[in-house]
Amino acid sequence: MKVLERLEKIDRRYVFILILLAVVIPLLFPINFKIEVSEPVAMLYRTVEELSPGSCVLFSFDYGPSTMPEVYPMNLALVRHCFSKDIKVIGIALWPEGVQFGNEAFRVAADEYGKEYGIDYINLGYKAGGVVVVSAAAEDIATTFPQDYTGRSIEEFPIMTEVKNFDNIDLIVSFSAGDPGTREYIRIAQGRYGKKVGTGVTAVSAPAFYPYLNAGQLQGLLGGMKGAAEYETLIQQSGLGTSGMDAQSIAHGLIIFFIVLANVFYIAGRRKK
Amino acid sequence: MKKEVPLIITFVAGMIMIVQYFVPHWPFSNLQQMFNNWFLIITVFALILGILNLLKNHIEKVSRRRKGWLYSIVLMTGFMIMGVAGFVWGPAEGRPFDWIYWHAHVPMSSTMFALLAFFVASASYRAFRARTAEATLLLVSAILVMMSRVPLGSYMWSQLPLIGDWIMSYPNMAGQRAIMIGIALGVVSTSLRIILGIERTYLSGK
Repeated sequence: MKVLERLEKIDRRYVFILILLAVVIPLLFPINFKIEVSEPVAMLYRTVEELSPGSCVLFSFDYGPSTMPEVYPMNLALVRHCFSKDIKVIGIALWPEGVQFGNEAFRVAADEYGKEYGIDYINLGYKAGGVVVVSAAAEDIATTFPQDYTGRSIEEFPIMTEVKNFDNIDLIVSFSAGDPGTREYIRIAQGRYGKKVGTGVTAVSAPAFYPYLNAGQLQGLLGGMKGAAEYETLIQQSGLGTSGMDAQSIAHGLIIFFIVLANVFYIAGRRKK
Repeated sequence: MKKEVPLIITFVAGMIMIVQYFVPHWPFSNLQQMFNNWFLIITVFALILGILNLLKNHIEKVSRRRKGWLYSIVLMTGFMIMGVAGFVWGPAEGRPFDWIYWHAHVPMSSTMFALLAFFVASASYRAFRARTAEATLLLVSAILVMMSRVPLGSYMWSQLPLIGDWIMSYPNMAGQRAIMIGIALGVVSTSLRIILGIERTYLSGK
């Protein structure tokens, strides 16, 4: 009984150490688990694949540093996929912290595919207002975002000459860690203007988007680091998502082990009482 | 007049926004865009108001030496540094704002969130108990979904991802839909109450 009680009330610092090891060891010594691609991720991949070169997609960077490990890898993978197919990308942000991440993804992918700012892609920066920003941009992008994120007029950039509003956008993808984010695009861009909308969200919020996916309001759904890893598998370009999956796998396994162990102690203790 | 004017503005603005959704043609489409632009301008002023309020609270905290006043100094210093860096050099790549963002804000913010992993692990050991049939069901579902979402799960049992997908696509979706429909009905009724002037707490806080 005493042993059971002790194990049940184990010092949480031991738990912390085990979690640290479960994350660090797989990062240092990768196991390279095979990554199976799920249907919601494959759907978004197919949607991008179906776009012809020269099409224009809108990426919305609606996340911050706290959710970067989950959302940034999918952001980068989607930018890479679009650039590899010569698709033009316009970036905006409903979160102020998302602008820099969008820039970073553009910078990395542009170097790899030889793309030029203002011609192949542009970052229009952050605008406060959430759903109203989406609604206003749907009607007139130039009025809503008259300048890019550095303050230069968008009239200077060739990419914006043919893009006036959502009529000229072939796909919208929101990389979202909360509100405002994907829901705003579903309500306005998909619901009202009938645009194709895809999304990449954190693992914890992914279950909330399944109804939209099932109803055909979302063209695809990337959930958490796993979603990013699956997309990286599809574009055959390993990145941060793939490298993080080993650590996440072991950490999940360990947490489940803790839950099972604690319940075994709990049930054993109850029986003895 | 103090109450009537805001009520009239709310009614007119609300009705126009409803009508323009179903009739996206002149003059409603133009009105919608005009209202959107007004909203965006007001939002910026609300942001400024929020910033000033934040500074006022922290200046007060420092001047009265309230508990944690040193943290307020850190906050205001960070705010001033980021503000000056952004306004003077802009947010472009390689500028001071960008450098501070990547080398201070991102690591600190990520670290705070990463701590969650440790607390979740600790909580899972201490709190997740199969005390009732409902709790057991929740626990089993959580374990199946957690394992199905990582490659280790399919490595252990190839059918696990299918079970996880089934849980997400049926029981989860049914629950999510019920929540969403409930929220939507609540939003519609509250909005109508505000537009029609029945709900007036936003005017005086009473």
